[in-house]
Amino acid sequence: MKTNKTYKLQFLLLFVILALCFFTNISLGSVSIPFKSIFGSLFSTIENSTWEVIITNFRLPKAITAILVGSGLGISGLLMQTLFRNPLAGPFVLGISSGASLGVALVILGSGLFGGAFAIALASKWSIVIAASLGSFLVLMSVLAVSHRVRDTMAILIIGLMFGSITAAVVSVLSYFSSAEQLQQYIFWGFGSLSNLSWNELLIFSGIYFVGLILSIASIKGLNSLLLGDNYAKSLGINLKKNRFIIIIATSLIAGTITAFAGPIAFIGLAIPHLTRQIFTTSNHKILLPAVCLFGAIVMLICDSVAQLPGSDYILPINAITALVGAPVVIWLLVRQRKMMF
Amino acid sequence: MKTESKHIILKAEQLSIGYKTKKKDMVISSDINFDLEKGQLIGLVGENGIGKSTLLRTLIKVQPELSGNISLNNQNLKQISAHHLATQLSIVLTEQLTSKNLSVFELVALGRHPYTNWIGNLTEIDFEKINQALELVGVSDLKEKKCFELSDGQLQKVMIARALAQDTDIIVLDEPTTHLDMYHKAYILKLLKRLTQDTGKTILFSSHEINLAIQLCDTMIVMTKEVTVTDQPCHLIEKGVFNSLFPKDMIAFDSKTGSFRVTK
Repeated sequence: MKTNKTYKLQFLLLFVILALCFFTNISLGSVSIPFKSIFGSLFSTIENSTWEVIITNFRLPKAITAILVGSGLGISGLLMQTLFRNPLAGPFVLGISSGASLGVALVILGSGLFGGAFAIALASKWSIVIAASLGSFLVLMSVLAVSHRVRDTMAILIIGLMFGSITAAVVSVLSYFSSAEQLQQYIFWGFGSLSNLSWNELLIFSGIYFVGLILSIASIKGLNSLLLGDNYAKSLGINLKKNRFIIIIATSLIAGTITAFAGPIAFIGLAIPHLTRQIFTTSNHKILLPAVCLFGAIVMLICDSVAQLPGSDYILPINAITALVGAPVVIWLLVRQRKMMF
Repeated sequence: MKTESKHIILKAEQLSIGYKTKKKDMVISSDINFDLEKGQLIGLVGENGIGKSTLLRTLIKVQPELSGNISLNNQNLKQISAHHLATQLSIVLTEQLTSKNLSVFELVALGRHPYTNWIGNLTEIDFEKINQALELVGVSDLKEKKCFELSDGQLQKVMIARALAQDTDIIVLDEPTTHLDMYHKAYILKLLKRLTQDTGKTILFSSHEINLAIQLCDTMIVMTKEVTVTDQPCHLIEKGVFNSLFPKDMIAFDSKTGSFRVTK
């Protein structure tokens, strides 16, 4: 929106970095595969079939998941920060992750309470995905129902946090009555994971992600007017209620599916928009939205590469890495600017 | 360059304002009648808590009127759609901007929202209107600055430029002179006066700067506990309306100089 600034150079640079990170991410792993073969396997078949299987069935879906998760969390963070006029808002302020945690906790921890046969049926991965989606969806619907009555966005923020506390309490009670193995399984889910997604799962994941993305793009104009404040936005002919509804639905679709498939991944949603604003010194969402997309994808790919501990067989929990990267960044920003702008 | 034709932009008839609660209506002020003409500078004055802001909020459709009628360009305010209203009426409020990270150009460009497409692309016409607004207010050199870098006076000018870019018949400002020093108070009000003359827009503002308003306004709306009177400042002085504005033991109106003095 600036006189003629379109940030072409920055976008080009980010694209190049994204491509670099993508290939680096694919080439790293417990089995070392030469870079040439990686390129070959992406565009044609290569002679070593084991390598091909590793790349097409494991590394490629994981890298794509990382891109979707990173960009999606970045978008949801940006939408929530503008909607709640709060630089500390992230995709999970509406209780999305706590709802998902509750769903997953009920499946993993609660299965012991419901008996053996049921527990086996619930152990599959899809049940966790469905439970997480249902959980976040239900909490979100309650928040939306309340927000229909409450006009103040700050109140909605606090209501979301309260829902989070309630679900956390329920999870504590459930874990008190659970076995060690069940607790371990629940904690592993909480670590977050970008791997283990099959192409079919990825297809569903990306389908919902793109619906959320389209809704976010549709609300760009409304988001920009919200920068002035509610009354100004109204005076510009913006339908506030409708806009708020679309923004919340977009966030919940994106952040909800991410949590369902990859677990509650911390800090990316909060930190990415702030990092992006360091490079793109604008508040225009038309520029910020694609920028957080690219930036989120890059950071997530880097975090994932670090999590694999290059050269070793271990994969660290992705949630730990994102927090290790994210938290210092937020602290650094606060110390440097002494104020968080959005 | 005063407009001779009596083109009524904003009209209030038997207007009653206040807040609706479940049990009953809280009436703040009632029996408000006025006709505001095109191209005039109109000052709204009255003591704190008399209902100036409530009246303005009612006029810009932020809160509903209790009874009576408001018409904008001969159309009932209730029947004007939000989008259509955005092309007829723009506002400058006392509330803080949500994001001060906006650049001045971005902020003024937001005024073009009612005219831009679904994603907010600016056309040549939009650029022209934005630059024109920046120039009229005299803030073209601040274009690239961020709002948090501006002084209160500069920010107020930029907010006025944003309202101008919205290209509406009437601009409503709620206390545009608060937080400003004496020079900037006079500057802003003189700027508003010049804008009505240069652009033919109607500008309605509320203010506590009664002395300045008397000197600059074409019409004034004076709100007191008993009545709300609308007239030219000189007529209001003749009628002695200002004498009843404040308790006389503290401040008195001197009709010779047309200003208030502290009673000694």
